[in-house]
Amino acid sequence: MSGLVITGLRAAHGRTEILSGVDMTVADGALACVLGPSGCGKSTLLRVMAGFHPAADGEVALGARLLDDGRRRLPAERRRIGYVPQDGALFPHLTVAGNIGFGLPRGRRREKVAELLALVGLDGLGKRHPHQLSGGQQQRVALARALATEPELLLLDEPFAALDAALRTELRAEVAATLRRAGATAVLVTHDQEEALSFADTIAVMRDGRIAQQATPRQLYQEPADTGIARFLGEANLVPAALTADMAVTAFGSLPLTATTAGGDRHGPVLLRPRQLRLSPEPRPGAIRARVETCRFRGHDHRIELRPTVPDGLPDVLIVYSDAPWDAAEAYVEAQGPAHAMDEPGSGDRDRSRDHGMATF
Amino acid sequence: MSTLPRPDGPPSPLRWRAAGLLPLVASAVALAVASPLVFVGVQAAQAGRDQAQRLLGRPLIATLLWNTATLALAVALATTVLGFGAAYLVERTDLPGRRWWTVALALPLAVPEFVRGYSWVSLTGSVRGYWGAVLVMTCSLYPLVFLPVAATLRRADTAAEEVSRSLGRGPFATLWRVTLPLTRPALAGGALLVSLYLLGEYGAFAMLRFTTFATAIFSQYKLGFDAASAALLTLVLVALALLLVGLEAMAGRRGRTARRATAGRRAAPVGLGRWTLPAQAALGTLVATALGVPVYALGYWLVRGSSTTLPQASMLTAALTTLGYAAMAALVATAAAVPVALYAWRRGSRLARAAESAAYITRALPGIAVALSIVYFAIRYAQPFYQQPPMLVAGYVVLYFPLALTAVRAALAQVPPGVEEVARSLGTRPAAVLARVTLPLVLPGLGAAAAMVALTASTELTATLLLRPTGTETLATQFWIYTSGLAYGAAAPYAALMVAMSVPPVLLLTRRTLGADSPEEAS
Repeated sequence: MSGLVITGLRAAHGRTEILSGVDMTVADGALACVLGPSGCGKSTLLRVMAGFHPAADGEVALGARLLDDGRRRLPAERRRIGYVPQDGALFPHLTVAGNIGFGLPRGRRREKVAELLALVGLDGLGKRHPHQLSGGQQQRVALARALATEPELLLLDEPFAALDAALRTELRAEVAATLRRAGATAVLVTHDQEEALSFADTIAVMRDGRIAQQATPRQLYQEPADTGIARFLGEANLVPAALTADMAVTAFGSLPLTATTAGGDRHGPVLLRPRQLRLSPEPRPGAIRARVETCRFRGHDHRIELRPTVPDGLPDVLIVYSDAPWDAAEAYVEAQGPAHAMDEPGSGDRDRSRDHGMATF
Repeated sequence: MSTLPRPDGPPSPLRWRAAGLLPLVASAVALAVASPLVFVGVQAAQAGRDQAQRLLGRPLIATLLWNTATLALAVALATTVLGFGAAYLVERTDLPGRRWWTVALALPLAVPEFVRGYSWVSLTGSVRGYWGAVLVMTCSLYPLVFLPVAATLRRADTAAEEVSRSLGRGPFATLWRVTLPLTRPALAGGALLVSLYLLGEYGAFAMLRFTTFATAIFSQYKLGFDAASAALLTLVLVALALLLVGLEAMAGRRGRTARRATAGRRAAPVGLGRWTLPAQAALGTLVATALGVPVYALGYWLVRGSSTTLPQASMLTAALTTLGYAAMAALVATAAAVPVALYAWRRGSRLARAAESAAYITRALPGIAVALSIVYFAIRYAQPFYQQPPMLVAGYVVLYFPLALTAVRAALAQVPPGVEEVARSLGTRPAAVLARVTLPLVLPGLGAAAAMVALTASTELTATLLLRPTGTETLATQFWIYTSGLAYGAAAPYAALMVAMSVPPVLLLTRRTLGADSPEEAS
């Protein structure tokens, strides 16, 4: 019962290598998320797991079963892996009940279909055809269809991407709850960090065909492995610091570190999330004077951009989230620890990810 | 979208006039094109009740119905199996050389049915009657199923098939339970086209000595000079055609929601493994029978040379005559299709849709019915035109109007939506918008539409035999005269030229049906 284990997985489209050594594990009953910008290979990874794309090298194993090692490949229909594609891909010629019952033996269909309709909250819609359903309902049917055969693993390929924002949030929570209730092991692929953070027990961040970091959502957000991941998961203030074993000396003064760093004193960036910065109207110890550039109301809070008056090696713009608006032209910014020390993005890929722009990574 | 938002302020008279003109022209064209039915009815009414009862009660009708129904059933079945099988192999498996197979499988459409009949009959006397007709027509018509099914498979989202695999269904179960239902509308449409072609075909059946409605009508009219009986039989034929259209509409209604692939991703093709060789052999046999035999026969008779005692006609004259008529018909048909297509494209109102589908109904009319209706019309209302060139042109225009309409609509579909509105908002008058924006955008498409009609009309036989002015010979009729006189060698160059002329429209059709992108070759 060791769940899904992927080791050293390589895969290619023609001569282009898409996956170059993916390592990833998903424990039994966990909801995992593969997060990455478009084109990073996350969908290919999903398709290799499902058996729609061959592995070139490495191993994919589920429980005690080897699924693919680049030579022997278990056909998709014998893997017991459910699959929910991006837009549901319901069979247009079958009713909702026909869709859900598709993978079931004839005798068990009626009872099981009713049960699943109830599970996804679509009682009484069994006789409808897919085109008579809304987008959200179609996705629920697709989920029920995949759950019907009680797969050992469920794969979801950006299943909420085509839905509007409100429905997406709602359905996401609902699907996560349904999967937990069903005790399913699931892997969700997405490029939406908010979706990943709210959905998963564990997130694998993918970059250039490799898993850059796999961790829990909280750990990933607060303690990313490098600056690229830090930026990808949300807005980040990257502040230069002199690091000792458990302290970072920054322009904001001395801050405790999230984890003790090995290997002597050195210099490097530390991460301060926008919520870790506070504004005050008058100078305080450890506070930096800054000019307020913008203050935008976003409903649940305000996003404030500030420009430090003395550069002092700080980033050009500091970002602060604040519950109260800030009307003054200037502010003093102070930081609350702990700060998190990081590497620059993966040494070999550093230049490439810089070229692709910091917005996505 | 039957009601449009009214613009504020008083409507300018010009705007109203321009808005009113297009529906008027479009409806008029649609009516004119769909009118042949009326004239067949009028002529049949001449027969009187007694004659009608006597004629329809004759065993001939039963024989014709039996012949037609059994033939349609066998050919529809055979073409469906061959068309789907070939399309599946080409679009869903890792068969080597799929791009070439696609072209080779579509090319038999370039051989007109009567040329195909000739190629078999001239080589062997054993291909004739019912089974001969099944063989010849299946070879001719399976691309009409193959192309739409292949197009559906190419465009449809492969995710549904992958989901089926992930639910534990193997490749064969998936083929049967997901892929096949997915293509049902295309299969139904293809089978309908096949049946309609069968109803209208004259030349091939005459050559194979197989009696159907078309051959019976032809001999009643041309040999028996019995216009009323011919009209009655034509009515029955038209009723059959409309019945088929109705059946297809019913079959196509369910599961018409085959979704387009959203992402550019295609599923990995099904591995054929040890079935690769048998699959290649099967497709090879099909292409050899459908394409190889006519090519061989034409080559054989071209080499054997002229074998006629009939006077030698000038091929150049026949070719020029053919091209002249075909070009004229193409021009008129395309010009007439523009307002109908434009009207339906601009607004999906009920009237626009009705005008368009009325025009498409003519597609169901057998060529012989169209030709006879025009003859009747000319005899009654337009004596001076009887047996004159405009009559033949009119026949071609009515026959190929749906073809032109499809091509013009395809061209209009390339126009980005909203450009006309943008032009209007920049202060351009509707007529100027048409001249400066819409027409320049569709002009290449109109050219393609005209070329398609011209080349298709060049190989028309049935209507041409009935409508041509006395003494005028086209390639098809000259070929027909030679083969009727068993001068196979003399007929060969005409047949070869017609086949050569049909290749470009077939390639164009293939490209348009399947889209410019070709399946990725497995590497």
